[in-house]
Amino acid sequence: MKKNLRRVLALVMLVSMIAAFSLLCGASAAKEETVTINVYNWGQYISDGTDGYIDVNKAFTEETGIQVNYITFDSNETMYTKLKTGGASYDVIFPSDYMIARLIKEGMLLPLNYDNIPNAQLVMPAYRGMAHDPEDTYSVPYTWGGTGIIYNTKFVDEADVGSWDLLWNEKYKGKILMFDNPRDAFGVAQFRLGYDVNTTDPQELQACADLLLQQKPLVQDYVMDQIYDKMEHEEAWIGVYYAGDFIMMQAENENLNFCYPKEGFNLFVDSMCIPTSCQNKDAAEAYINFLCRPDICGENMEYLGYSVPIEGATDYMDPEAAANPIAYPDEKTLERGYIYLNLPAETSQLMDSLWLKVKTSGANKTLLIGIIGLVVVIAVCAFFIIRKNKKKAKRKSLYTK
Amino acid sequence: MKRQFLSGPYLVWMLLFTLIPLAIVVYYAFTDSVTGAFTIRNMASMGAYLPIFLRSIWLAVVSALICLVLGYPVAWCIAQTKPLTQRFLYMLVMLPMCISFLLRTLAWVSLLEDTGIVNRLLGQLGIGPLRLVRNDGAVILGMVYNYLPYMIMPLYTVIMKIDPRLVDAAQDLGCDGGQVFLRVTLPLSVPGIVSGITMVFVPAVSTFYISQKMGGTTSTMIGDVIESQFKTAYNPNLGAALSLVLMILVLVCVAVMNHFTGEDESVATI
Amino acid sequence: MKKASKVVTVLVFVFLYVPMLVLMIGSFNSSSDLVVFKSFTMDNYRALFADGVLLPLLLNSLIISVIASLASTVLGTAATLGIHRMGKRMRRFTMFLTNIPMTNPEIVTGVSLALLFAFAGQLMKIKSILGFWTLLIAHITFNLPYVILSVQPKLTQMDPNLTKAAMDLGCTPVQAFFKVVLHEILPGIISGALMAFTMSLDDFVISYFVYGPNFVTLPVEIYNYTKKPLHPKIYALFTLLFLAILAVMLLMNILQARDTARQRNSRQKARAGQPTV
Repeated sequence: MKKNLRRVLALVMLVSMIAAFSLLCGASAAKEETVTINVYNWGQYISDGTDGYIDVNKAFTEETGIQVNYITFDSNETMYTKLKTGGASYDVIFPSDYMIARLIKEGMLLPLNYDNIPNAQLVMPAYRGMAHDPEDTYSVPYTWGGTGIIYNTKFVDEADVGSWDLLWNEKYKGKILMFDNPRDAFGVAQFRLGYDVNTTDPQELQACADLLLQQKPLVQDYVMDQIYDKMEHEEAWIGVYYAGDFIMMQAENENLNFCYPKEGFNLFVDSMCIPTSCQNKDAAEAYINFLCRPDICGENMEYLGYSVPIEGATDYMDPEAAANPIAYPDEKTLERGYIYLNLPAETSQLMDSLWLKVKTSGANKTLLIGIIGLVVVIAVCAFFIIRKNKKKAKRKSLYTK
Repeated sequence: MKRQFLSGPYLVWMLLFTLIPLAIVVYYAFTDSVTGAFTIRNMASMGAYLPIFLRSIWLAVVSALICLVLGYPVAWCIAQTKPLTQRFLYMLVMLPMCISFLLRTLAWVSLLEDTGIVNRLLGQLGIGPLRLVRNDGAVILGMVYNYLPYMIMPLYTVIMKIDPRLVDAAQDLGCDGGQVFLRVTLPLSVPGIVSGITMVFVPAVSTFYISQKMGGTTSTMIGDVIESQFKTAYNPNLGAALSLVLMILVLVCVAVMNHFTGEDESVATI
Repeated sequence: MKKASKVVTVLVFVFLYVPMLVLMIGSFNSSSDLVVFKSFTMDNYRALFADGVLLPLLLNSLIISVIASLASTVLGTAATLGIHRMGKRMRRFTMFLTNIPMTNPEIVTGVSLALLFAFAGQLMKIKSILGFWTLLIAHITFNLPYVILSVQPKLTQMDPNLTKAAMDLGCTPVQAFFKVVLHEILPGIISGALMAFTMSLDDFVISYFVYGPNFVTLPVEIYNYTKKPLHPKIYALFTLLFLAILAVMLLMNILQARDTARQRNSRQKARAGQPTV
């Protein structure tokens, strides 16, 4: 009866099997010839050929024959978790300063062989031997930049801008976006309270958590790269994010503006590292070297909007982009920038658990509703069960009669 | 006849990939994340997550009930039509289940957000932007939208099986339409209702995507917390403890619901 | 009441299909925003086929779901045959085992498998254990119960004397199985396989916990995409998938309808005393 059905099903399966098989063959044939490296980078963090800019990964493959399997993460913590969980091998990763220190401390990075990375000599002196990796054993800088407040000039009063207070301004309730990772979120609170961003004092951290809780009713959402859509479409008016990303957003919506708050802001350096799970170290180093080449770096950063740490790369950039005051703030602004350091394990654990509390709080009001609901459900259950038992009993009594 | 050995590979498989993983979850739930020593700290901290557990169950129960209220008339209606139409309508119910629920949920966001399609239309009528998304209601809407087909399918199967002669008989015996429904159709569709509620409740209570996209900052569900422990805040031990509690809670809920059907043991009749 | 439920039905169908319509319209939109329709374009489709990122992932999804559904159909059917012959206690235990992945929330299954694979990876010293094989194992695991639950009723309904009759007529037990039993339970097997196929084609939650960087399926990548600004080519893919699934389903429906019609005809003819063809 279902002959035809069977035939269709068989056909569908056959077609997909053939497709699958041919792909498998193709993939394995390709594997024999070429090396593939797994590059694990932040989302929206490489020029990928949009709008006529360079496609960095493609250019690398064309030049070296090494295939790039490009995967993205949305925060340092996500990347750390992936590495820690294991089960997957990555060849090049792009952690930020404090995370590099943490990875070094936990023995999760491999020392680099600089013979394979000659372009690393072009790294500007300011980005060498930084606190997180004093000997530059494990990392080569990729970009640097600052965090600040992005706001929509159409909706936000210029008089309110200038301080982190803007993120706590009742006027913009429901239109504020906040960082969705503990370190950056606590950093904002620390700047606003005037604390050291690398504090290990539990009470100060608690105060920060309280401040974040106080902000929570005003926050539209905790986001990372989702901020792009929300700010560009004016769904949100105020957000806190990285300067380079702002430059990309501004290209889409010219009402957006940026400010480095007066209390201070985070300066970060994102570097390229090789984790211990790496399987093609030479190829990974070739990739790092490629990204350090001034022409590649320049074209890449022109698209990204992040700031260049490589000598001579700005020559390959549009002069206007290379002089952007947001990507390259003046000395006076830079004085307000602070770099995150790695925190002791207890402190970061405390921060994680406080952050979880911030994110999950606010359920108390619904707790009451929840309990009421459960009681109702249980009451209904009990009612049915009792009724059924009664019926059964009735039936039984009928039978026995 | 040694045919029962045919199920040997299956038993081994399930042992390896169902029971042992669950044992590992239990192991993680009772060990420390740093030292790996036995600890009940993870389980002891569950009290702090009680509100989230309760709100997850609450939201899931509400959406299961809404699914029932919406799904029953649909299933009934489909069962009343001609066989050919029936098949076509049933297909229309099935179809959304086959394509990316992630994208479909995202479409809801673009419909409902402050600058979304609905608010734009309302804006033209002069009604100011309403807050339609990022609240518990939106989460329930997302759940109902995603899991409604799981409710309609078992209901339809059960309603189809009801012998039309029973309805006739009830009418002959003097029941009006409402009474027929209450006394014949509804009681006979209880197994479908129970399995439908189970099939909506279980995925709804543990979802994390819907609450992330449709919910606001205070609509965190237990699935979100578990996901974050495994994906962003490396703490699989806490995540395992939460999973364990979630699993037990769901089993209890399902057992309670199965009580309605009585003798029938099978959990989900498809 | 009939009218009211009809209205509800129409509204429910609108409710189910409006978001999909939004996505489909979005696939022809030159702006990346779903909300504002700028102008009509086919660029998204061109981008989808040109960039070669999403289509291989769709293929990955197909590979996994075809192999997983076939493997779980074979394994599950064999298991059902075995369960049929089991003693009561053993059967209870097996059915309990079968129900675990059915009732467990998906996230718990995913998490437990992720922990298992991480553990196995450490044990066997494999750096990149997550990938094709872990995905396949996970998919087979959650597919198996569906196969078993759809084959089992057919097996219980089957007249046990059929096999005996076949053997009396000279079949070996193996022949009897293939000629009689398999034929009887085939509809169950097919619907089980279909169910398994659709379940694993669109599975996100479990795959999300066991995928590796070297083998990603489409739903997982779509989730990763939603964390970044979305490129509208993904809506184009959605539209094409929708049309493909719609076509397959319609085709099956039509064939099925034709089958039943033919059957009814032959039955009527038989009733009328005419010889059936």
